[in-house]
Amino acid sequence: MAISLNVNGETHEVDVDPATPLLYVLRNDLELNGAKFGCGLGQCGSCTVVVDGAAVLSCVTPVSLMEGREITTVEGLGTIEEPGPLQTAFIEMQAAQCGYCIPGMMMSAHALLTRNQQPSDREIRDALMTNLCRCGTHMRIMAAIRRAGELMQQAAAPSERRAG
Amino acid sequence: MRFTRILAAVLILILIVAVGFFALAWRSEIKPVAAADPSSFSEDLVQQGARLAAVGNCIACHTVPGQPAFAGGLALPTPFGTIHSTNITPDPETGIGNWSEEAFQRAMREGVDREGRHLYPAFPYDHYTRVTDEDNRALYAFLMTREPVRSTPPENDLPFPYNLRPILAGWKLLFLDKGPFQPDTAQSEEWNRGAYLAEGLGHCGACHTPRNRFGAVESDRHFGGGEAEGWQAYAINANSPAPIPWDTDSLAFYLRNGWHQWHGVSRGPMAEVTGNLGLLPDSDIVAIATYVASVMGEPDEARRARAEELMAQAAEGPGEVQAAPAVDTQAGAGNPQDRGALIYASACAGCHNGSKPQPFGGLRFSLSTAVNAPNPQNIVNVVLFGLPPSDGQASAVMPAFANVLSDQDVADLLAHMREQYSDAPAWENLVDLVARTRSGEYKVVILPADGIERGPENVGASDGAEE
Repeated sequence: MAISLNVNGETHEVDVDPATPLLYVLRNDLELNGAKFGCGLGQCGSCTVVVDGAAVLSCVTPVSLMEGREITTVEGLGTIEEPGPLQTAFIEMQAAQCGYCIPGMMMSAHALLTRNQQPSDREIRDALMTNLCRCGTHMRIMAAIRRAGELMQQAAAPSERRAG
Repeated sequence: MRFTRILAAVLILILIVAVGFFALAWRSEIKPVAAADPSSFSEDLVQQGARLAAVGNCIACHTVPGQPAFAGGLALPTPFGTIHSTNITPDPETGIGNWSEEAFQRAMREGVDREGRHLYPAFPYDHYTRVTDEDNRALYAFLMTREPVRSTPPENDLPFPYNLRPILAGWKLLFLDKGPFQPDTAQSEEWNRGAYLAEGLGHCGACHTPRNRFGAVESDRHFGGGEAEGWQAYAINANSPAPIPWDTDSLAFYLRNGWHQWHGVSRGPMAEVTGNLGLLPDSDIVAIATYVASVMGEPDEARRARAEELMAQAAEGPGEVQAAPAVDTQAGAGNPQDRGALIYASACAGCHNGSKPQPFGGLRFSLSTAVNAPNPQNIVNVVLFGLPPSDGQASAVMPAFANVLSDQDVADLLAHMREQYSDAPAWENLVDLVARTRSGEYKVVILPADGIERGPENVGASDGAEE
């Protein structure tokens, strides 16, 4: 079936089997390889993307339900030349080791920081509860997410002053 | 003259009724005592009390998740208003530190606090009244050796007349069958031990028996199915909706491990129960299973044959998933069950028609009590909120689909699952049920498989409720 997907602000027309999970379409059809295939069972979180502001596990998300919805992948957070605040913070804190889980971690964090730029450790842990990391970089990931929140607030601050 | 006489007669009658009610409702205060010295209780007695407190699941209601154990303050929504659990730590001022053992025994037996006030039956004394003096002594020893916590729970939020405790005397007159458990001499010792634990401290019937409009369990529908914290507590008598009938072995395994290969994992408030029962010796678990299996009775021939068939199918390996039909997938278009089949194929089949065994694999839905139950609430809860992971240990998990599936999507998916994996009639009003559950209008408590409560704030169940 033909379906129109809005990914990172761009519209893509794809022709896929309607029973396909979103992850396969992102990776195979759109060649957005940020979201990873880990377990394929919605248990490890490496496939996490953001749909309409909420973190979802794309390996168990039916692509047939995604028409008209706003999908963001890690590629939508910034570019190599101009990394976004989460990407900047993850680099600054050297939060990746093997890096396989990181796009999923960043997307869960993105959904969290969009709602709340000063999350408590408990809130970060809860938001990333379903993201697994086998390398054990959790403490750096936590630090990077707190740092990203700071960067987002700093970026927002001058415009608020102008507005005031 | 005559009028005055009638008036006098009525007044006297009212007075007699009032005095009678007062006599019925009045309970004396039991004198406060100095807090018991923790070292005065033997280690064995305290250990026994710990196991009994686990059977009673005391901690579940008397603790706010993340706060000190047994300090109370948890809000318990009831059809009559909200009740807050009390502090049962040995703090003398805000807890039960100045309660004598006699006062504790009376609270368990009659539902009256030390000062003589009637307690609301949210504290399940209609079950705890069955507990022996000896076991109450052990419970008292256990509680008096906990860390005292200074904490006063919030006031109850109950409208008139439910805020008047003396009316509870009337409730007790009607519904409280007071007194310790009486063994049935026709049954085995094991059966009697199980009945004592299940009917007394275990208070299985508090959730698994339906309640009447006065909030009392309907004793003539014993174990006929009720509800707890937003979950259906299935019938555990002859009406059990489990596709594979339970027996003593499967019940004992499930209560011991929190899952069973033909029934899946315990979740919702039952996860707390199976988590707590971990403290019990095998003999007590088997005793409870023996008793509950006897209440369920032997399945009839047709049910047994159907179960054999389902188990044989499941043993053949991964089941075939109905091929996703080529349909218009926009909500409202096409046959809802075809839409449901499509959602099932991409969201559910990977685990639920996979080859991973329980408890980490998805249960085959033909074996699922949730899909075969008369009320779809539990499967709605699990689809929307999933089964969150336990802390620091491998546990059964399931992703939450609330952010992926609309109310209509969930309804179509469940209609498909009901059609495909159950012989029972289709569920009605699914969209409305899903919407009320998602918004928090119908409150659901979410627990991971180890039963350590940490929802609902972190799994989004309360998002809508606060808006």
